Amino acid sequence: MSVSAAPLVKARRRIPIGAAIGLFFTGLFLSTAIFAPLIAPHPLGEIVGDVWMPMSAKFPLGTDNLGRDLLSRMIYGTRTTIFIAAVATALSFTLGSILGFTAAVVGGWFDMTMSRCVDLLMSIPTLIFALVVLSVLPSNLVTLILLMGTLDSTRVYRLSRAVAADINAMDFVEAAKLRGEGRAWIIFREILPNALSPLVSELGLRFIFAVLFLSALSFLGLGVQPPQADWGGMVKDNKDGIVFGISAALMPAAVIGALAISVNLVADWILNRTTDLKGGRGNG
Amino acid sequence: MADTLLDIRNLRIEATVYPPGEPPRTATIVDDVSLTLEKGRVLGLIGESGAGKSTIGLSPMGYGRGGVRITGGEVILNGRNILQQSKNGIRKLRGREVCYVAQSAAAAFNPAQRLMDQVVESSLKHGVANRAEAEKRAIALFKKLSLPNPENIGRRYPHQVSGGQLQRVMTVMALCPEPDLIIFDEPTTALDVTTQIDVLAAIKDAIRDTGVAALYITHDLAVVTQVADDIMVLRHGKMVEKGTTFEIIKQPKQPYTQALVSVHHIEHEEKQPTPKPILSVKKVTAAYGNGIIKVLKDVTVDIHPSQTLAVVGESGSGKSTLARAITGLLPPQQGEIIFEGRKLSSRLADRSKDDLRQLQMIYQMADVAMNPRHTVGTIIGRPLTFYFGLRGAERDKRVKELLEEIEMGAGFIHRYPAELSGGQKQRVCIARALAAKPKLIICDEVTSALDPLVANGILKLLLNLQKMEQVAYLFITHDLATVKSIADSIAVMYRGELVRYGSKSQVLTPPFDDYTDLLLSSVPEMEIGWLETAIAGRKMASAGN
Repeated sequence: MSVSAAPLVKARRRIPIGAAIGLFFTGLFLSTAIFAPLIAPHPLGEIVGDVWMPMSAKFPLGTDNLGRDLLSRMIYGTRTTIFIAAVATALSFTLGSILGFTAAVVGGWFDMTMSRCVDLLMSIPTLIFALVVLSVLPSNLVTLILLMGTLDSTRVYRLSRAVAADINAMDFVEAAKLRGEGRAWIIFREILPNALSPLVSELGLRFIFAVLFLSALSFLGLGVQPPQADWGGMVKDNKDGIVFGISAALMPAAVIGALAISVNLVADWILNRTTDLKGGRGNG
Repeated sequence: MADTLLDIRNLRIEATVYPPGEPPRTATIVDDVSLTLEKGRVLGLIGESGAGKSTIGLSPMGYGRGGVRITGGEVILNGRNILQQSKNGIRKLRGREVCYVAQSAAAAFNPAQRLMDQVVESSLKHGVANRAEAEKRAIALFKKLSLPNPENIGRRYPHQVSGGQLQRVMTVMALCPEPDLIIFDEPTTALDVTTQIDVLAAIKDAIRDTGVAALYITHDLAVVTQVADDIMVLRHGKMVEKGTTFEIIKQPKQPYTQALVSVHHIEHEEKQPTPKPILSVKKVTAAYGNGIIKVLKDVTVDIHPSQTLAVVGESGSGKSTLARAITGLLPPQQGEIIFEGRKLSSRLADRSKDDLRQLQMIYQMADVAMNPRHTVGTIIGRPLTFYFGLRGAERDKRVKELLEEIEMGAGFIHRYPAELSGGQKQRVCIARALAAKPKLIICDEVTSALDPLVANGILKLLLNLQKMEQVAYLFITHDLATVKSIADSIAVMYRGELVRYGSKSQVLTPPFDDYTDLLLSSVPEMEIGWLETAIAGRKMASAGN
């Protein structure tokens, strides 16, 4: 019997091309978000030219419906959009997964109450629910994030409850229960490490849904409020230009798509790398 | 030879494997194996898991399971090298000249189609017969395999017949297009021992009457002895020994074959019961589904200190439920569990930490009994921290001692379960149970998923540990050979009731009740002709019919 201390998950030397592209663009978006004030050629709200000027050396992407530099606004928009979506996703995951795991492990009335409440929330179309709440409550960042996080956590709850219920029935969890372990150990040490793979891939997906959701809200005028820039709001501001052949509204829309694809490429790759529960190679 | 049906020459099969944490590499699964099979003969392929026996068995169909490549040699069936056939050629051959009987009939049938449609499918596809002829032939075969109600069983769906019947229907499916060769891949392994004997007899009759040739793949030498004319022993993808059944069983030449033949010979001196049992189960009745489905009825047994009580029975007999009642996972409806003279709370949540420590459990499937994300050090170390508060270097030292006790060595401390073999996994589970310094360990089918030689090692280890640590075992199993090697007392269970209970010598001495007789007479022995004798001498039919 030869003994080697090989770790379970060793970083693969070779990163697949899809993942490399995803990593590059996700990195690009993230650093754009972080260093927005340093990169942006013009301040956020400054009117620097005429309305809807075409692309030029001075304004690489042209100007918007008020004559602001489109590129600068896109860069600031990246910051706003990614920040709100990330915080909302983090909130929904913390809330959803802890409640979902607990429901699966505790079972009984707790599971029943939680699941029915979640069913209730999910039975109302998310966008309509958000519109009603946002039209009543003051439209600020905190409300927006709390609302998005809570609504999204229902989906995470469903997923983590299903995954945890599966793992909860396995012999090693029963062994822990027979040992007399408390719920915290069972949830965080026995179940969580084995539930990470599906949760990580869901994380990428939910982050993108958060971006889309925020963009939709902003497009409807209930999300990020002017003068702050965000992608959905920029599509709204410039949508009338499309009729005149002005591409300003398409730029932020394209960026939303690019972010969605690149984050998912990364999530897929992470999923493949960590799916070796039984020493397999995942599905990649 | 004129009547050679199958001729495999220097077969070599490779696959790409993905060891955890290492780059993928090519592994040789079958290495230079040659065999010939004549018409009407049965060749048994025997070996432990990973021996390559299924892979060889599938090669006459020109098929390799996911990722497996045939890289060398020839497979000649009816004079044609099937490795050079086109996809179309192979399609014509499968289900016409070669048929396959899989291990798990329940998983191999399409649950949404009636049995008859599936049985006659290949005959119709290949144009061997029209529907009426094929159904007629199928019904004749149903009769031959003594399936109940042969005229109508074909109208049923797979879930409407028992496991043993389904396995026989699959044999009919293979026989129906009148192939030249049938590959049986562990056809009785998933069945209860009392059902296995009937299926085995049915398969044997069918092979003899139809004159078909067969490759019979199994890990159980006693089973293959009953059906095969010749036996080939395989290990690690290489041939170890080949000969007639008589030669292999009576005059094995290779050490590995000799070990296989003599595997069940563990000497164990039966100990006398003590006046004070460590655990008493008193008139326990337990049920699932709000008390409706009674699975344990009025069971009373005693376990004595540092002795082994074996609980024997087929699936559904309630033996695992007994373990769940004792551990508190399923609180009994009636009766009580007495541990060291005092009553244990029936619910797990109400027991003290020390009560939990005294009672440990080892599971059948070691790979799901350990968290795949924990290292061996964490798995064995956790009970040390949890019950005794050991931490850091002190804990590591004790973990290493335990690893030595289970004959593995300290080097395994940083390994993950996925990096261990089946036997090593079960050893780690034993160490985890021992770490708690228990008085009683419940072993639930701990050797059932292991190869015979590995299982033997585990049994020897358990017996040694019993001597060293003075621990008692409640040993749940369906395998009577195991019981004979380790038990001090035996409880035989049937449909939730205790049918026979006493010391090993009492239980295994005639006169027997009907069920114990059936159970004892159903365990295959490595004797040629045992099957016929056993079938003839039975008092009751098995439950699987």
